[in-house]
Amino acid sequence: MSNPFTSARGNLGRTAAAHAILIAYTILALYPVFLILINSVKQRRAIFNDPLALPTAETFDPIGFQTVLEQGNFLLYFQNSLIVTVASLFFVLLFGAMAAFALAEYRFRGNLLMGLYLALGIMIPIRLGTVAILEIMVAAGLVNTLTSLVLVYTAQGLPLAVFILSEFMRQVSDDLKNAARIDGLSEYRIFFTIALPLVRPAMATVAVFTMIPIWNDLWFPLILAPGEATKTLTLGSQIFLGQYVTDWNAVLAALSLAIFPVVVLYLIFSRQLIRGITKGAVK
Amino acid sequence: MSDRARKRPFRWHIVVFLAPAVLIYTAIMIIPLFGTLNLSLFTRAEDGTRVFVGLANFQTLFGDPRWSDSFWNATWNNLWFFIIHMLVQNPIGIALAAILSTPKLRFAAFYRTAIFIPAILSFVIVGFVWKLILSPLWGVAPTFMDALGLGDWFAPWLGLEESALTTLALISVWQFVGIPMMLIYAALLSIPDEVLEAAEMDGITGASQFWKIKLPLILPTIGIISILTFVGNFNAFDLIYVTQGALAGPNFTTDILGSFLFRTFFGFQLQLGDPHMGATVATVMFAIILVGVSIYLFGVQTRLRRYQF
Repeated sequence: MSNPFTSARGNLGRTAAAHAILIAYTILALYPVFLILINSVKQRRAIFNDPLALPTAETFDPIGFQTVLEQGNFLLYFQNSLIVTVASLFFVLLFGAMAAFALAEYRFRGNLLMGLYLALGIMIPIRLGTVAILEIMVAAGLVNTLTSLVLVYTAQGLPLAVFILSEFMRQVSDDLKNAARIDGLSEYRIFFTIALPLVRPAMATVAVFTMIPIWNDLWFPLILAPGEATKTLTLGSQIFLGQYVTDWNAVLAALSLAIFPVVVLYLIFSRQLIRGITKGAVK
Repeated sequence: MSDRARKRPFRWHIVVFLAPAVLIYTAIMIIPLFGTLNLSLFTRAEDGTRVFVGLANFQTLFGDPRWSDSFWNATWNNLWFFIIHMLVQNPIGIALAAILSTPKLRFAAFYRTAIFIPAILSFVIVGFVWKLILSPLWGVAPTFMDALGLGDWFAPWLGLEESALTTLALISVWQFVGIPMMLIYAALLSIPDEVLEAAEMDGITGASQFWKIKLPLILPTIGIISILTFVGNFNAFDLIYVTQGALAGPNFTTDILGSFLFRTFFGFQLQLGDPHMGATVATVMFAIILVGVSIYLFGVQTRLRRYQF
């Protein structure tokens, strides 16, 4: 072993280098977003003359936000995104947990096969079925409805939800469930009152994993629900940005409005998400 | 089956628990997937009816230069897009994770959370943010490069045929580097301390400890990341559509399979959408992804040595 004094100094140098690299990368990751946020509240001239400066009392100008709120139907888009995301999330979690419970709890013929069948969708992207999905939605009269998006996202989210939740359902104590059975509780009651509350942390993880791709998706809103009344925030801002491409104030404000809710939600749930990635999802 | 199981009444609750998930998944995902494969074998006749044409659509896609040129262009572009992710995103992700997992590193949670933020933003935001930053009009990128003494090197990368695709791939790398970082970080944390202590006793520390001890132990995770990157890249679409439009300009140099599928199936400007050719393209994409996943499952995963602690 080397002299403890030099090795301590070596460690110090290494720690400093580690911090330097991580700080540099953090800046690289956050600065572009920060730049958009600070410029969204500046005058047009200030945006161009000194893009890197923070807004000051003289250069402050919320005109971009005014344009966005007056011209775009952002409130409606936001509401649509919220409805689609929350409804899909509800179905993914409920149906996913039910299926996971059945796969983890009962031994029946075809159990393993059913698990594999449901896991197929983790690797194969649902987008490849778009042509036929559109045909089905046209036939069912569901084009330009939020229902079509909820159905697609529920199907998209289920495979991973079942996969993760069944891992956790297996860990629910058998003694607890058997005690409930002796007390005469039905299987449904056991699921809702014992299993479901015990896997709540895993549900939160699955919720975050499911939510992000749904909220951010552009493909299905573009193809299944491009109508004005059913536009989601992602599609709505894409179209708004395309139309207002020369109005920099409006573009920057629209981007800031789109960034804000996601980042806030992320900061609230980031512990769940990171715990989920570092424990449940990868084994 | 045992006697007891046979005597037991049919357990309806299993069906009730499974039915909603299986029905929705089958109806909206599996049936359309096979429906799409099936549609690729048909075409629309003059009178609007659907006629079976066998593999003729595939012959058109691969044989007719008007189709095959675009198809191969999109495929090679997509491959390049994937290669950049493998060469840039995953090594950076591994390096960041290795640094993050330094024992007793302060602020690790902050770095982790911050570096992951771009991954939760939508492509619409990411695409536009970078479009603005790289825009010669705004001048953020040229100002920065001037400050670094690289001012002469600036070019409107997103608009140039030679650099547009690579630039987009790097934007996508910027966005998603947090995902491999997080997965590798988790894998590194799960290496037991005894293993690392034993290595230290043998005098293996620092960088050589990473290469000789940790890297072999996280190979299975690197395998998972590679296949996730592959599947993600070969059905990517949003970033291209947002920054370059459905025509994947300039001059189709950023066209990848996802945007090619969108144009073929949905149409754009003067070209009418063709669901049957669209289904054909989707089928080929399905085959590519299937081959990639199979290579991983049977060729890579079974050969990776796993260590049980």
